[in-house]
Amino acid sequence: MSDGSENGVLLRVRDVHKHFRRFTLRGERVSRAVDGVSLDIRDGEILGVAGESGCGKSTLSRLICGLVEPTSGKVAFKGRDIGGLSGRDKKAFRRQVQMVFQDPEGSLNPRRRIGSVLQQPFQVHKLGNPEQQRRQVLQLLDRVKLTPPEFYANKFPYELSGGSKQRVAIARALALEPSLVLADEPVASLDMSIRGAILMLLRELNRDLGISIVLISHDLNVLQTMASRVAIMYLGRIVEIGTKEEVFSRPRHPYTQALLSVNPIADPKKTRERVKLSLTGEVPSSTNPPVGCRFHTRCPHAVDDCSTNDPVLELTTDSHYAACPHWKRIAALQGVVE
Amino acid sequence: MPILELQDLKTHIYLEEGVLKAVDGVNLVINEGEIVGLVGESGCGKSMTALSIVRLPPREAETIAGKVLFEGEDLLPLNDEELDRIRGRKISMVFQDPLTYLNPVMKVKTQVAEPLMLHKGLSKAEAEAQSVDILQAMGLGDAASVGESYPHELSGGMKQRVLMGMALGCDPSMLIADEPFTAVDVSIQDQLIELLKRLQRERQFSCLLITHDLGVAAEICDRVYVMYAGEIVETGDIYTIFDDPKHPYTQGLINSAKVARSDSDALPFIPGEVPSMLEPPPGCRFHPRCERAMDKCREHVPARTDLGDNHYVTCWLYE
Repeated sequence: MSDGSENGVLLRVRDVHKHFRRFTLRGERVSRAVDGVSLDIRDGEILGVAGESGCGKSTLSRLICGLVEPTSGKVAFKGRDIGGLSGRDKKAFRRQVQMVFQDPEGSLNPRRRIGSVLQQPFQVHKLGNPEQQRRQVLQLLDRVKLTPPEFYANKFPYELSGGSKQRVAIARALALEPSLVLADEPVASLDMSIRGAILMLLRELNRDLGISIVLISHDLNVLQTMASRVAIMYLGRIVEIGTKEEVFSRPRHPYTQALLSVNPIADPKKTRERVKLSLTGEVPSSTNPPVGCRFHTRCPHAVDDCSTNDPVLELTTDSHYAACPHWKRIAALQGVVE
Repeated sequence: MPILELQDLKTHIYLEEGVLKAVDGVNLVINEGEIVGLVGESGCGKSMTALSIVRLPPREAETIAGKVLFEGEDLLPLNDEELDRIRGRKISMVFQDPLTYLNPVMKVKTQVAEPLMLHKGLSKAEAEAQSVDILQAMGLGDAASVGESYPHELSGGMKQRVLMGMALGCDPSMLIADEPFTAVDVSIQDQLIELLKRLQRERQFSCLLITHDLGVAAEICDRVYVMYAGEIVETGDIYTIFDDPKHPYTQGLINSAKVARSDSDALPFIPGEVPSMLEPPPGCRFHPRCERAMDKCREHVPARTDLGDNHYVTCWLYE
C-alpha cells in the first residue's frame, strides 16, 4: 500500500516486554510492567485499553509512541520497526503519533501563553513562516472549540479551567495532523459534567479527521461509550481483547467478568439488583507476578493447572480473544448458551 | 428521628482575592440509621460542609451562620473540650487519602488504639489488644500482622480499611465519609463499598457519604443531596432522584454519568464551567449553564419547592 499500512493495520505491537530495573538495599528488583503484549491498531479505530493501576496500560502507550524502548519485542508503525528509526524518519514518526495525557496542568508549560504552546510543534518541525503558524494556531483553537481563538491564544494555562486545558492539549496533539493519538486517561481529572464534551471532541477527531485513537482509561463506562475495540489488561498482559460489543456483552475472561460486574452504575435499581462477582485480595506486585496464570490468585474459577500453565490469548468467537483456557467451562457454568 | 440537622449553614473562606462562599446556606437532615449522600462536582462545597459539621474547616475559613444540630445540640457554640466529647467518639470521619491521615512512623495498632485510649479510657495494652479485633472486623485477614505494620507497608485498600477501623473503633453513631472510595481501583472500591454496607447494616450508624461518583451514591445511599456552587439544589429519596430528577443540574449530572448506548448518540454534558465562588452568578447560580434559564433566573434567587415525599428542588421551573 502506498501509505505503508498493511491490511488496514496502522501499528503493530509484537510480544513487547518492558522491564524496569530498580536497585534497592535488598538487591536488584525487576518490575515487569509490560510482559508480552501483542496487538494491532487499525486504521481509523478507537482502541480502548482498560485495567487497574499497575497493569501496564500507561507503559504500553509510552512504548507505542516510542517514549520508552521495549526490553524485547517490536513495535512497527506502517510496517516499519520504530526502534530502528533515526534522524528524519524518527521525526516523521513523531509527527504521526501524538499523545494526550491525564493531567493537562502538568503537560502545559506554565510560563508560555497558549498560542506559543501551540505554535511550538510547527517551529520544531519547521512548518511555515511565523505568520502562517499563528494562523494555524487560531484554526486549531477553533477546531477544539476554544472560541474566540484570539482570546484563548493570549491566555496562560493557569487562567484556564481543567476542561479548557485538556482542549489545548488535544489541539497540540492535532497540530501536525497525526494518524494516531494516544489518549491516556484524558477525562479522569475532569468533572463529570464536562467529560462528555471532551469525549465528543475525541470522537470528532476520529470520525471527521480519520485519526486512530488509543484510549486508555480505568473507567469502563468511558470505553463503552467511545471504543470500537477493547483490550483488558492485568499485570502486564492483555487478558481479553475484542470488539466492544463482544467484550462488554459476552466477557470471557473471569477478570473482565468481575470488573464489569462491579463497575458502578448510575441507577439505584440496576446497581442493587445485579449479581456482583466481587474479587478478593489485591493486584499482586509486578516485580513478583504469580506463576502460571497471573490472575489465578484472585480467580473464582481457578483449578490446579492454572497455577502452572501460563495461558495465551485464544480465539473465542470471531476476532474476540481471551487468555483463559477454561472460558468454555466457565461460560457453561454461567449458563450462557452458545 | 433526625440525628444530624444542618440549618442554613454558611462557611466562607477568606482569601486575599476576596470571600469565597464555599458553603452558602445549606439545609440538610440525616435520620438515625440512614446513609445520606452529598453529591456534587469539585469545588461545590461538599467537603467544606463535612468539615464544618465537625468544626474542622481550614484556618482561612469560618462558619459564620447557621446551626449544626447533633442529637438536638448545636455544635457551633461548643468549645474544644466539649467538642472532644463528640468528635471521634460520636461523630467520626473517613477521608479520601488515607496516607495523609495515618502517621507514617507509628504502628497501625497504636494508631487504631489511640481513639480507644482517648475516648474509652483504656490502657495502651488493652486498647492495642482491642485494635486487632477492630482490624479483623474491617475485613483485614491477618489482623495481627497488619497491626504490627507501618502504613507504608500496606496497600491503598488496606490503609482505607485501617482508617475505617480508627473511625469506627469507638462505635460512633454518625460516620462522615468524604470520598472514601476514590483513590482506589474498581475491584478494591467494590470491596470497600461492600464493607461499608455490611458494617452499617450490623451497627446501624448513620452516615453522610460525600462523593462525586453517582454510581457509588446509587449503590449505597438511602437519600441524596445534590450540591452546586455552595447550595443544595435538589434532595430526595435515591430512587426518586435518579428516576425523576427535576433540577436541570441533577438531570445533566445523571445523564453525564450514564453510558451512551448508541454510537450515534451525542454525549451528554453540561455546557460551561463551574463558576468561581468568589463571585457567584446572581439569581440562580446554575443559570449561566442552564438550557432552560428564564429571565427570572438571572435576577432572582429561587426558593425551595416541596414536591412531596421529601423531594425538594430549588429551581424556578417548579415554583
